[in-house]
Amino acid sequence: MNKETFLTELRAKLYGLPPEDIEERLAFYNEMINDRMEDGLTEEEAVGEIGSVDTVVEQIMAEIPFTALVRTKVRPKRKLKAWELVLLICGAPVWFPLAIAACAVAFSLYIVIWAVLISLYAADLSLTAGAIASLAGIAVYLKAGNPAGAAFAIGAAAVCAGLAILLFFACIWLTQYVIYGTNRLMLSIKKSFVGKED
Amino acid sequence: MDIQLKRGLLDICVLAAIKNEDTYGYQIIKELKPYLELSESTLYTILKRLEAADMLTVRSVEHDGRLRKYYHIKEPGLRRIEEFKADWNEILSIYEFITREDMNYE
Repeated sequence: MNKETFLTELRAKLYGLPPEDIEERLAFYNEMINDRMEDGLTEEEAVGEIGSVDTVVEQIMAEIPFTALVRTKVRPKRKLKAWELVLLICGAPVWFPLAIAACAVAFSLYIVIWAVLISLYAADLSLTAGAIASLAGIAVYLKAGNPAGAAFAIGAAAVCAGLAILLFFACIWLTQYVIYGTNRLMLSIKKSFVGKED
Repeated sequence: MDIQLKRGLLDICVLAAIKNEDTYGYQIIKELKPYLELSESTLYTILKRLEAADMLTVRSVEHDGRLRKYYHIKEPGLRRIEEFKADWNEILSIYEFITREDMNYE
């Protein structure tokens, strides 16, 4: 990819950020590519060292605070016409609750994911408790002179402990996965705020 | 390295890179390369933040028929480096304490 294509694509993908911010960033990358070429790299190599346009956009999105993105997006690109304003205000009783409901639904879906995780941890905890109780049960059965009962309690303790350990690692893995997913989701939400609209 | 720790160190590294003489972006990346990988977008954000914090100034200089931005460290930036050095002495003594504990357990 040559410098011109790189910068053009980057400009298109950053569309939505404040124009002066885009210009400044493009000038920065332009200088970086030029300096690399001066250092002996070919144009292709210099652009290659910067990374793909998508990687760069992702890095930029990761650095920009979410609130800044929302502020840029919410600001209208042109002055609203009178009838648009009237419609916006008169329609508020309809679109505002709908918007809030949509946000609430999305948020509760996210909460559900964590709720499932928390209940898995709870299940793991109860399995651990079951294992401990079964261990205590062994002593009780032995004291009552019931070896068959004691054998059962040993088995129960082993099963509970085994499941608890397995579930524990599954929980840890799932938690990490959800956290990773959350970060990816935030990044894609941020990315959806920029880019050329067709 | 821990991400939070690295993030804190990056600002100081960039300041240190422009401490002795005014430098441009690519030069900063090249100088830091042996120590840490710094992407262009991260450097951009750091330079913007340091400029907003009045730790450095930027000027465009004509170079080879194009403009190149040079970064110049200001007094607060130099102070920040000194603060870091003082902090680091404290961290070093804590580090000594931690490693001494290790030896006791061995």
